[in-house]
Amino acid sequence: MERADVIIVGGGPAGLAAAVELYQKGVRDILIIEREAHLGGILKQCIHDGFGLARFKTTLSGPEYADRFISQVEELGIPYITGATVLQVTEDKQVTAAARDGLRTWQAKAVILTMGCRERTRGALAIPGERPTGVFTAGVAQAYINLYNRMPAREVVILGSGDIGMIMARRLTLEGAHVQAVFEIQPYPSGLPRNIEQCLNDYGIPLYLSHTVTAVHGGSRLTGVTVSEVDGNMKPIPGTEKEYACDTLILSVGLIPENELSLDAGVTLDGRTKGALVDENFQTDVEGIFAAGNVLHVHDLVDFVSMEAEVLADKAAEYVRNGCLTPCPLAIHTDRNINHTVPQRVSGKQSFRLSMRVNRPLSDCRIVVRQNGVEIASRKMKKAIPAEMIQIPVSAGKLAQQGDLEVSAE
Amino acid sequence: MEPLQYDVLVIGGGVVGSAVARELSRYRLKTGVLEKNLDVCYETSGRNSGVVHGGFAYDRGSLKARLCVEGNEMMDQLSEELGFSFQRCGKVLVGNTDEDMETLKRMKKQGEDNGAKGLVLIDKKRLHELVPAVVGEFAMFSPNSGILDPFQYTIGLAENACENGVDYYFDREVTGISRLADEGWQLETSHGTFRCRWVVNSAGLGCGKISDMLGITGYRIVGSKGDYIILDQRTGALLPMPVYPVPSNTYMGIHVTNTTDGNVIIGPNAELTDNFSYYGVPQENMDYLAQSASELWPCIRKADYIRNYSGILPKWVDENGAIQDFKIEIRDELAPHAVNLVGIESPGLTAAVPIARYAIELMKQRESLEPNTDFNPVRKGIIRFADQTAEKQAELIRENPDYGDVICRCEKVTRAEILQAIHNPLGVSTMTGIKYRTRSMMGRCQGGYCQMRIEQMIEEELGKKATDVLYARQNSQLLFGKVREEA
Amino acid sequence: MIREFTCIVCPNGCTVRAELEEERQGAAAGEQTIIKIGGAGCPRGEEYVRQELTDPKRNIATSVLVKGGELPLVSVRLTAPIPKRYIFDAMEQIKKVSLQAPVKSGAVVIENLLGLGVDVIATKNIA
Repeated sequence: MERADVIIVGGGPAGLAAAVELYQKGVRDILIIEREAHLGGILKQCIHDGFGLARFKTTLSGPEYADRFISQVEELGIPYITGATVLQVTEDKQVTAAARDGLRTWQAKAVILTMGCRERTRGALAIPGERPTGVFTAGVAQAYINLYNRMPAREVVILGSGDIGMIMARRLTLEGAHVQAVFEIQPYPSGLPRNIEQCLNDYGIPLYLSHTVTAVHGGSRLTGVTVSEVDGNMKPIPGTEKEYACDTLILSVGLIPENELSLDAGVTLDGRTKGALVDENFQTDVEGIFAAGNVLHVHDLVDFVSMEAEVLADKAAEYVRNGCLTPCPLAIHTDRNINHTVPQRVSGKQSFRLSMRVNRPLSDCRIVVRQNGVEIASRKMKKAIPAEMIQIPVSAGKLAQQGDLEVSAE
Repeated sequence: MEPLQYDVLVIGGGVVGSAVARELSRYRLKTGVLEKNLDVCYETSGRNSGVVHGGFAYDRGSLKARLCVEGNEMMDQLSEELGFSFQRCGKVLVGNTDEDMETLKRMKKQGEDNGAKGLVLIDKKRLHELVPAVVGEFAMFSPNSGILDPFQYTIGLAENACENGVDYYFDREVTGISRLADEGWQLETSHGTFRCRWVVNSAGLGCGKISDMLGITGYRIVGSKGDYIILDQRTGALLPMPVYPVPSNTYMGIHVTNTTDGNVIIGPNAELTDNFSYYGVPQENMDYLAQSASELWPCIRKADYIRNYSGILPKWVDENGAIQDFKIEIRDELAPHAVNLVGIESPGLTAAVPIARYAIELMKQRESLEPNTDFNPVRKGIIRFADQTAEKQAELIRENPDYGDVICRCEKVTRAEILQAIHNPLGVSTMTGIKYRTRSMMGRCQGGYCQMRIEQMIEEELGKKATDVLYARQNSQLLFGKVREEA
Repeated sequence: MIREFTCIVCPNGCTVRAELEEERQGAAAGEQTIIKIGGAGCPRGEEYVRQELTDPKRNIATSVLVKGGELPLVSVRLTAPIPKRYIFDAMEQIKKVSLQAPVKSGAVVIENLLGLGVDVIATKNIA
């Protein structure tokens, strides 16, 4: 069995940022294991710009953003292997991967899970109707067009107003497909306002809120979809059905953290984020196993993925050096407006940055963090939307060592 | 062009047609299979619960009962020879009322008369030992029932037939049949004309139509459409065997079934239909399935839904609509040298090989068949990386590095397996052909990670253009071409 | 007249409101006088709205064919936004180009696209 101080599972934005930061903190016995032929993860196919404003103060395309980290990995000589798929991570931090040169197992002191997320599929949504070809998740269509030079669509309807869906609406339009409309089941968009503006409005693509696809037609290739309006409980309203003839239905209906390896390692997940329960060190409930990025909770911006992984790396470096981290016995509770927080547990002794999402759009609200009834951090927001990840720094000086935290939107 | 000449042509490449083809390849006969779809197992044979039935649910003395019991008994050997997954995991029929108990007692007696072995009535305690999550007061336990992978099973039969000399023709829908003066048959298909001495109608949903073409008219076939929902593999641990309600006379009821891959299937409902090619699943049926099945097994969460599908059973009914037994016949007076299989519905999956042997016995009563001494019953399937121990995985990669290249992440299917599937003996080249042979694209991401890679491999390996790669059926093009063409 | 804009400069997507003088008879587009702009979280939001009112500009990202590379396409973008009305003309130009591998990220693929003073550059390394 081989050995390494830290094994990083996944060479996307989170894994790369963690590796570089670990190296800079003096942890050099690292290995990034990436299953694809190249580092960079999903950024390789996100060729649009808009990345990097928070992290690098400039706007970059996905591949350029990834390259900033990949170049550093190369320059620093951080070890990585590609074309290697991790098959198993165990509770005692043994990592097994398959690659063309064999099946290899490492014993690590710490394991960093940065596997990213997958897209929700039609089956997961249980959209009724036939099962023709021509129903693609937005990411699959994006890969076909941007990586494989293959055109999967001509006459398109998009279900879901997630950011990738809207970005694909623009991308498909630029490549000569006709995007008829985007339908969103919720009464509010699930992607960012800027994407509604620059991906839909710019190209005259209508967005219909409170609408969903209620039937899929076609025995071979898709021939059309039925769209219905939905009521306040997201149930289709009979009599509102409209038929759209199309050969392609693109789904942008949510992302799910890819946690199969985490579960096998005994890591407990949060039912709300579908990612691991972590403390302020980004350590899961299995000691020495850490998680960050979209495998932990789905982010709105890659910049925050990198920054989260960098914080994780600082803590993981401390763990590798000392063999332990500050215990985190304090839980963080949320009110009905807050969907979830990350981390879910803290020590009460260190400063941390609390990430969260609201459950529904709120305007002129205050997000407040309290401990023992005392306000310890807050943020005023003109508008808070579920599409956006909200972050609030909490400083150690305000924290007591006992008493759970409560987060609310007021 | 001269029509191709065969001793036997089998119409339909479902599980029964493929079993007939494989059993015929035990004799010195030039046999061909005409399938209208682009792969075997594309209709009823691949769209069901995958349950190997015990044989207790069918009328005493019926072919359904007899051939089901025979099929059940030979399943271990078949699975060994053909390399498909089969688990004799048992099954329970769960009841709550006095009336249920009476029905189960009658069923147990009927099953014993049919030759089904090991049937026992069990109390709540024993039921919960067998299936902890189930809701019910008592049950009948059938230890010999089981589950199999219907795709692998049919593909195994077909590939074994093929390896023993049978020719498979896809995209050949039989459009007309005429008798030749010299006792043979001429079959017109969507792509070419074929001639043969013997014809076998194992057309499944098309059995009535083909029977009419053969001159054996009057069979009334209705479709019984059932919808299913597939749940994530994480649910499989909660269901060690299929759980059925107490059945009514004609319908087995909505049940929950574990699959050989560890998923759980919910379904089916049963709706009569005369449209044999519509497989849509309506919303209300999905809701109904989940609700009914939850009464038996309260572990169904929407978050675990992976996919839904439906299947249609061809039922032969009389003028009153009563469902009839299997019909396997040679009508010398109407259609000599034609084996007619009508109304092969459930338990056709379990009974496929006995059905085939029964059909061949009818042929042998009319013509002596010379054994094929070269027949090899063993088909070597694709070795699945995911199913192997770590030692075996390491060895596979050492022998063939393609086994170290994982293409489908959810099901851990490697390049080696996908290459073997692309070069399958039947010459199937659709995306679903690869899917059913390897399990790639079947997992929780439904091909989100691997379908592009597999599409590319089909293009490269078979020299196809992007626009020629089909998903499943005719006209199911996946792509419209390239984004950038070379000038 | 008040018009609302969603700023696209950064992911915050501020709603920026511009108060405009009522349109004069015969005034050409872009000639409206801005009375007040408010709601932007930073000065770039105001700048964005002024640009939107005169001549909206956008960047585009797409791909160029690569021959002999390990990938068939290289992703590209523009070095600066171009007037929106030129987007499809720009696409036509970009579609015509093909490159020979290797391609370096940052390499200029088309210089001075449509005479707009903006280059098309590769955003990926293709070996």
